[in-house]
Amino acid sequence: MSALAAHERARRQRILHSVARHSVLIGVGVVFVSPFVFVIFTALMTRDQALTRAIWPSPFRFQNFYDVLDQQPLLRWTWNTFLISSLSSIGVVLSCTPPAYALARMRFRGRNAVFLLVLSTMMLPIQVTIIPLYVLFSHLGWIGSLKPLIIPGFFGDAFSIFLLRQFFMTIPNALTDAARVDGASELRLMLRVVVPLAKPALVAVFLFNFLYCWNDLFAPLLYLGANPDSYTISLGLSEFRSSRHVDYELMMAACVLFTLPVTVLFFLAQRAFVEGVTVTGVKG
Amino acid sequence: MAATAISPAAARARRRRRRRTRTYGLAFLFLSPWIVGFLLFLVYPMVASLYFSFTHYDLLNSPRWIGLANYKYMLENDPFFWQAVRNTAWMIVIGLPLRLFWALMTATLLTMKVSGQRYYRTLYYLPTMVPPVAAALAFTYLLNPDLGPVNGVLAHLGIPGPLWFFDPSWSKPALVLLSLWGAGDAMIIYLAGLLDVPQTQIEAAKIDGANAVRRYWHVTLPSISPVIFFTLVTGLIWTFQTFTEAYVAGNTTSGQKDTLGEPQGSLLFYAIWLYQQGFRYFNMGYASALAWVLFGATMLCTLVLIKSSERWVHVEGNQ
Repeated sequence: MSALAAHERARRQRILHSVARHSVLIGVGVVFVSPFVFVIFTALMTRDQALTRAIWPSPFRFQNFYDVLDQQPLLRWTWNTFLISSLSSIGVVLSCTPPAYALARMRFRGRNAVFLLVLSTMMLPIQVTIIPLYVLFSHLGWIGSLKPLIIPGFFGDAFSIFLLRQFFMTIPNALTDAARVDGASELRLMLRVVVPLAKPALVAVFLFNFLYCWNDLFAPLLYLGANPDSYTISLGLSEFRSSRHVDYELMMAACVLFTLPVTVLFFLAQRAFVEGVTVTGVKG
Repeated sequence: MAATAISPAAARARRRRRRRTRTYGLAFLFLSPWIVGFLLFLVYPMVASLYFSFTHYDLLNSPRWIGLANYKYMLENDPFFWQAVRNTAWMIVIGLPLRLFWALMTATLLTMKVSGQRYYRTLYYLPTMVPPVAAALAFTYLLNPDLGPVNGVLAHLGIPGPLWFFDPSWSKPALVLLSLWGAGDAMIIYLAGLLDVPQTQIEAAKIDGANAVRRYWHVTLPSISPVIFFTLVTGLIWTFQTFTEAYVAGNTTSGQKDTLGEPQGSLLFYAIWLYQQGFRYFNMGYASALAWVLFGATMLCTLVLIKSSERWVHVEGNQ
């Protein structure tokens, strides 16, 4: 009888613990989620309503999304942003795989020194290089075009090389050694053995760069600021308010449209994403 | 003709030498995209900007050598320089620790064993996916003193909300709130670190009678100290360059984009002042000098951090 009571007490305590844990997690979760909810609700309000403290839209005005596309060249900005993000990310994957392969799988003297050099360049504030680069790009006549944002991607990126190198290191040597004995060249080893096994890392590198470019404001501000035709979404939205007056419902609608693609991308590629972050952060 | 005199050992040595130069050549070839990028987009601009920093350069006329005048002006005559330094220091000393502490706390919550753990993790990380410009615009609305829901909720509780981005003494705290919301990048790194903490040590401490707080302080924290160190270094470098959120929030609340860092220069961070000097006033020489001082300060703080890490970062014996 008393054993049963003790069992019952333990069960009740377990449930209580579980409820307490969920309450804390939900409480903090509300902090993270409520900005999304408020922004989406405001994006659906009429102008009059957006100028009050109301939270629930009535009526729901889906027309806002259409209006903001109509008023701002959002589609053009999206196309520019997509072009920059995808082309430069392709460039980064192509240009970082061979260096990462060399640093992870080839033996040559000074390899560690080169690797340290790659790592140390990550510490350099971009401010140190942007002024001469701006001068260089303006001599080339690239200012206002998408080129300064795409072409450097084809010449390596320290963080991506680092991430790929870390991943390539984890591929067992036995796999490449066997093929090497059979007389396969390093290029063949990279393309036929290492790259197929490193697909998750390549996807992660592509995604990171894509997101970085998609979100970046600084570089577009420097190189595209003079030419509204080549604005990215970040740059266009940063100038959303040019007068004293602001249409919050349209601004929030634009924010929703801007955020939606990356959130979808995140859900589709969550695994590759989280793995990529932790490979660099913890095992680095 | 040479073949007659060659001993087997010498031939082997020559073969080895040839193989070595071949691997060198091959490694060089594989590294070449990075080498070209390194020289073109890093070494050359670094040298050039160091040179510019000793010149007066407005992009139209060629640079004119003025020695240390830029650096002298910066330290002695530029009031905005010191304002930018103070604002940036505020973010480093107050904003960054708050952000990392919040990230560690939320990561710790996410290690609790509950059903649906995966969903909580996704939910907490989600804000990090929001583009910084969108997040900054969203927060100018959320924290709008008249219309925003934050002050609306505060008013319901009978608390008069601050003016946030409209008040020079509340604009930086508002920016910190924004950075806490998107602290998922640090959170996820901490989470991975926390999940790697050896359970045997925790169990041992439990048997020794250590309560949860002591276990966290004496076992968990030391064992994730390398991860904390990593986030501190990257966070430090990043905070020195605070730009996007402050730029957008400042321009959006002040309704113009000519005077940056509004209200009253309270969001005038170092990188914003540098941008204004270089790309609004086209004082390319002065902006280069600002960039090198930024670089020096970053290096110095990182070195101090690395030096201090010997005392508090715990390294596993077998690593």
